[in-house]
Amino acid sequence: MVKQVTSLGRSGLHDWMIQRVSAVVLAAYTIFLLGYLVCGPDVTYEAWREFFGCLYVKLFTLIAIAALAAHAWIGIWTVCTDYIKCSCIRMVVQSASIIACLVYVAWGALIVWGV
Amino acid sequence: MKFQVYRYNPDTDKAPYMKDYELDIPAGSDMMVLDALMLLKEKDPTLAFRRSCREGVCGSDGLNMNGRNGLACVTPLSELKAPIVIRPLPGLPVIRDLVVDMAQFYKQYEKIKPYLLNDEPAPARERLQSPEERAELDGLYECILCACCSTSCPSFWWNPEKFVGPAGLLQAYRFLADSRDTATAERLADLDDAYSVFRCRGIMNCVDVCPKGLNPTHAIGKVRSLLLKNAV
Ligand code: SF4
Ligand code: SF4
Ligand code: FES
Repeated sequence: MVKQVTSLGRSGLHDWMIQRVSAVVLAAYTIFLLGYLVCGPDVTYEAWREFFGCLYVKLFTLIAIAALAAHAWIGIWTVCTDYIKCSCIRMVVQSASIIACLVYVAWGALIVWGV
Repeated sequence: MKFQVYRYNPDTDKAPYMKDYELDIPAGSDMMVLDALMLLKEKDPTLAFRRSCREGVCGSDGLNMNGRNGLACVTPLSELKAPIVIRPLPGLPVIRDLVVDMAQFYKQYEKIKPYLLNDEPAPARERLQSPEERAELDGLYECILCACCSTSCPSFWWNPEKFVGPAGLLQAYRFLADSRDTATAERLADLDDAYSVFRCRGIMNCVDVCPKGLNPTHAIGKVRSLLLKNAV
């Protein structure tokens, strides 16, 4: 058993599952958004605003942002633990990436909820 | 036939270097790389490498030949393009020339407890298996621990002290799949971290090089499914 503190999930399986599930969510959201852009009305400020005013779109967007952050967290964590051997640099890069993920989630929520 | 062999003697050399050799090998010969190495050693007794069974059974002569890991004793010279470049297995510390320090590899093997664990009282004679239960171990028990797979695995290069590696994981599954083993839950708990199993990225270098034709990636997939089944 190898222990680590900066990973997102509690176990290897947990991380692995989050990575897969978040990928599916992101794929679904991408298709959803593309569908809107292709089949929906002309994208004007009003149409865009109305689209994001819908509660379900808001929720889906929030979930997608959270999925993106989780996906990035695990992905960057994995790349760091493969390639960055110096633990000081690794700590700094990992902390920065974790903070960035959290900030993006909070910021994204503020924007989406502000509509 | 031209050979380039990796040479390094830490007592006398400042850095490793490649040494050129030439051998007269008749065209169409069925010699193996190990035979060539033995001839080279007659010429140059300072050349160091490991070998024992010379027939692909003991696993001691895993080497990197023309960029590919394999057993020197079962790799025909006729399959390789000259000059034949022979290096030690990648990713492990070199002790001398083609001899590597396998400690890290064995440590990972030891970690997965490569022996039967059974807490039930022993029967009078032996623990029996049905032919089907025994068949579950095919493709797993044949591993000769040559380390060709683990030393071709990038995940093992980057984290040799944390990622169990294909050879160790193949054996982990060998004991998870054994009907006589009762420690499945403990074994799985020991493997469920971000490194031991999940560092495998499915690159399949291991499958590509295994001289026994085994498929560690498949076994790793099975371990992952067991972990998943165990969790839900
Ligand atoms: S799985 Fe194959 S390559 Fe790996 S140690 Fe066993 S025999 Fe060698
Ligand atoms: S499949 Fe997994 S264990 Fe095999 S070489 Fe690739 S990463 Fe390593
Ligand atoms: S010498 Fe035994 S496997 Fe090659």
